Amino acid sequence: MAESSQPEIDAHTGTQTTGHDWDGIKELNTPLPRWWLWTFYATIVFAFGYVLAYPAVPLITGSTEGFLGWHSRSAVTSDIEDLKKLRAGLMDKLAAADPAKIETTPDLLAAARAAGGAAFAINCSPCHGAGGQGSKGYPNLNADRWIWGGTLADIQQTITHGIRWDADPDTRVSQMPAFGKDEILKPDEIDQVAGFVRLLAGLTPAEGVDTAKGALLFAANCSPCHGADGKGNKEMGAPNLTTKVWLYGSDTKDIVNRIMAGGGGVMPAWGQKLDIATIKALTVFVHSLGGGQ
Amino acid sequence: MNAHLPNGTASHAVDVDAGLDDLPLYVAAEHVYSQRVHGFYRRVKWTLLVLTLGVYYLLPFARWDRGPSEPSQAVMVDLARRRFYFFFIEIWPQEVYYLTGLLIIAAFTLFLMNAVAGRVWCGYLCPQTVWTDLFTFAERLIEGDRRERIAKDQGPWTFQKVREKALKHTVWLLIAWWTGGVWVLYFEDAPTLVRKLATFTAEPVAYLWIGILTFTTYVLAGHMREQVCLYMCPWPRIQAALTDENALNVTYRSDRGEPRMSLKKAEAARQHGAAAGDCVDCGQCVAACPTGVDIREGASLGCIQCGLCIDACDAVMKRIHRPERLIAYDTDVNIKRRRAGEQPIYRLIRARTALYACLIAFVGLTMLYALVTRSDFGVAAIHDRNPLYTRLADGAVHNAYELRVANKKPSDRRFVLTIEGVPAARFEVVGAGAGDEADMLLVGPDQTREVRVLVSVSAPLEGSSTPIVFRVADSQTGKSAWTRDFFDSPPQ
Repeated sequence: MAESSQPEIDAHTGTQTTGHDWDGIKELNTPLPRWWLWTFYATIVFAFGYVLAYPAVPLITGSTEGFLGWHSRSAVTSDIEDLKKLRAGLMDKLAAADPAKIETTPDLLAAARAAGGAAFAINCSPCHGAGGQGSKGYPNLNADRWIWGGTLADIQQTITHGIRWDADPDTRVSQMPAFGKDEILKPDEIDQVAGFVRLLAGLTPAEGVDTAKGALLFAANCSPCHGADGKGNKEMGAPNLTTKVWLYGSDTKDIVNRIMAGGGGVMPAWGQKLDIATIKALTVFVHSLGGGQ
Repeated sequence: MNAHLPNGTASHAVDVDAGLDDLPLYVAAEHVYSQRVHGFYRRVKWTLLVLTLGVYYLLPFARWDRGPSEPSQAVMVDLARRRFYFFFIEIWPQEVYYLTGLLIIAAFTLFLMNAVAGRVWCGYLCPQTVWTDLFTFAERLIEGDRRERIAKDQGPWTFQKVREKALKHTVWLLIAWWTGGVWVLYFEDAPTLVRKLATFTAEPVAYLWIGILTFTTYVLAGHMREQVCLYMCPWPRIQAALTDENALNVTYRSDRGEPRMSLKKAEAARQHGAAAGDCVDCGQCVAACPTGVDIREGASLGCIQCGLCIDACDAVMKRIHRPERLIAYDTDVNIKRRRAGEQPIYRLIRARTALYACLIAFVGLTMLYALVTRSDFGVAAIHDRNPLYTRLADGAVHNAYELRVANKKPSDRRFVLTIEGVPAARFEVVGAGAGDEADMLLVGPDQTREVRVLVSVSAPLEGSSTPIVFRVADSQTGKSAWTRDFFDSPPQ
């Protein structure tokens, strides 16, 4: 590559060359547009300012602070504060109102269903499903069979204090004994009880099972909680066994398993985590899904 | 100038044999100093300028009484409440097809204008043209006409030049600011917003948009001008594909103008019976052109067909006592016919003009029909996605729906809800509140009410999915609207 000292004009195009010459091939000097160049310089200047103003240079245990004092954590905190202010009016109204009043006031109902739906998606849907449809062991909240009651007050109580949640002294507690594991009933007796329970619900018992014996065993072992007719007791959290809705399944095998192992599901006490307005919104949301009483 | 026009008149100047390799890739834009003209088309343009700008600047202040719950601005886009008001019409977001229809009509009107009289839009009505005209007018008042401006720009910086430039840009910015300021008035009650803007209590977004539009107006109409038409606007390209030999375009009548020569030579030539064109090559048409085109090189992308060169040329023709309209609205067909010694003709009704007119009429009538028969209430249903159905304790099955009942009247209304299609189905409205009676829903003025409706049957139905109709009837008129959905059921 040869360098010529004098900038020359390319005869063909009339443009100045850069003066670089590679075996007779010359490069035309077509500089970047000035506006582009100045924008580029401006970004460099901006970058220096940015580095000084914001956290930028990584250090061993953190980074430089920046004179504006901006921090991503404090930014989030202030965003949340802004959001709370934005919602204050409606959420305050929800916190102050009785759930029954909320449900019959269109504005409040809409707010509660929106806030409740959002809170449900975050807190409840992992167990109860996105639409509250539940799954085996997790109640379907759209249905009208409630273990602990389906009125607004019952639902609010359940959400606030949870079920079998040891950290909350007011939590709902019930204990189905493990009739099989604790050897209260023998395996063939359990089959008989299961047969009778299916009969109670209008289902056909397994073949060859003595349901008359099952009825006697049910009266002796189960009726104190579930009632003589199997219709359950909401005060004690004993499910109604005569409905079409089954929490753990209605097959003989499912029923036998429940009688064998006993116990029950656990639901956290949300009163410890959510504010009263959100609890009320959730109460109304769950109640309005369709099974509320 | 030719280098401006990559696909247009450039072809006249470029030696085709030389090939594309020899063309420079980029040539800096040359400033266009358009000269003031007087004449018919200039007057038409001033009139349209006053009319269009008048409408733009004053329309937000036009009032239209819609009752106490509605804004009283005649034309307003209420983004917060998602309504568009146009005098007696109020459009809801789901009726955006009216906008689609309007845009289709606008497109066809543009095509029709083009088939009849070329780029009328570009030359007379396009905001870019109108505002550029206004800006050029201000420029001429302050800095003088073409020659003076050229001389001043080439001359040294004097106190007067600095003062004039400063004044010009201030005036431009004021016009631009006023333009942006009016724009935001279309989105909020104009008198209220003006008061808020003046007391610096308006929403920041209003100031932001005024800023943005001030900037774009100042840059586009003050600095970019014909560059917008040449490089940014797609319409010249589309227009080139839509025009035909029967369309009236601003045309230099080469049959009459050529061979061009000076006035004296032409007179001499005529006395000898030799051919002499009327064009004296005075360059007035080029000087007047706001996009810097030489119309005598034929139709081009750069020509916005504003007709100012017609006025400029007519003035010269009058002075040299030759017939006017050497440059005129003319068609390619007529140029050929005149050359062949035939009478010029103009066919207004042609296949394409008739087609465009019919399409405009069709879309317009369809929209009119839709507007006249438009219902002032409606219902829509959304079935719960998850779960599709729920089995209840007693074996019954229920489906849940979100029902949206829209009341487009500016007063409270009650609607009676009924369901059809699912035999022996019962329904319940969740949270039927004050003002509702069982199946009667109260919907506020100009509002949509969303209610959750639970539909249940006592036992699973045959088939997994049964059509269901939700019908709401105005409790006073009895008129009803309905929507269809499905009722899902587990197997029997």
